[in-house]
Amino acid sequence: MILYATIFAFGCFGLSILMNLWKVLFADEIADRILALDTMFINAIALMGLYGISLGTGIYFEASMIIAMLGFVSTVAYARFILRGNIIE
Amino acid sequence: MDLFFELLITAFLIMAGLFGLVGSFGLLKLNDAMSRVHAPTKATTLGVGGVLLASMTYALAIGPHYSVHELMITLFLLLTAPITANFIAKVHIHQKESRDSLPAAGDDGRWATQDLDDADDES
Repeated sequence: MILYATIFAFGCFGLSILMNLWKVLFADEIADRILALDTMFINAIALMGLYGISLGTGIYFEASMIIAMLGFVSTVAYARFILRGNIIE
Repeated sequence: MDLFFELLITAFLIMAGLFGLVGSFGLLKLNDAMSRVHAPTKATTLGVGGVLLASMTYALAIGPHYSVHELMITLFLLLTAPITANFIAKVHIHQKESRDSLPAAGDDGRWATQDLDDADDES
């Protein structure tokens, strides 16, 4: 039962990442692209957790933690670059 | 006991998948840019929270050893999602809205994001 639920969740988050990729490529506003990129990071964290569940190890926790931190920092840096023209003043 | 944990993990996983799908579909579907901010920052955060809850329950019931450090990621995402949404809304206001298209800012006269334009003009 857990196996089928994991496969279902893999499918859902994979489809989500494809939709976000569409939005990153073809959005007509720059705020939407930043938002879609941030959502891609969050969905990647979920995929990493699902992969850890399906293999039964906790070793992917550190990778998803690093993805979470890098995603936040890169989103803020991107938004700040659009707002101010530079990142560190 | 085993069946109970199995049902719990399955429910968490299906809930997480549906929430993640709803969040990303809302990003495609909603019309207004300000309402598009809401779908990923709330629904997708819940989806990731569901996956991490399932991971913790799995480690408690079946896995090699018990671990709660997935809570750190959930806490981190719950802390950073509002900050990210605020920055993205600021980018939208900075690029697409003018002083006339925004609602009134109360006692301040104008929204703080639009101070940036004047600061750029002065420097």
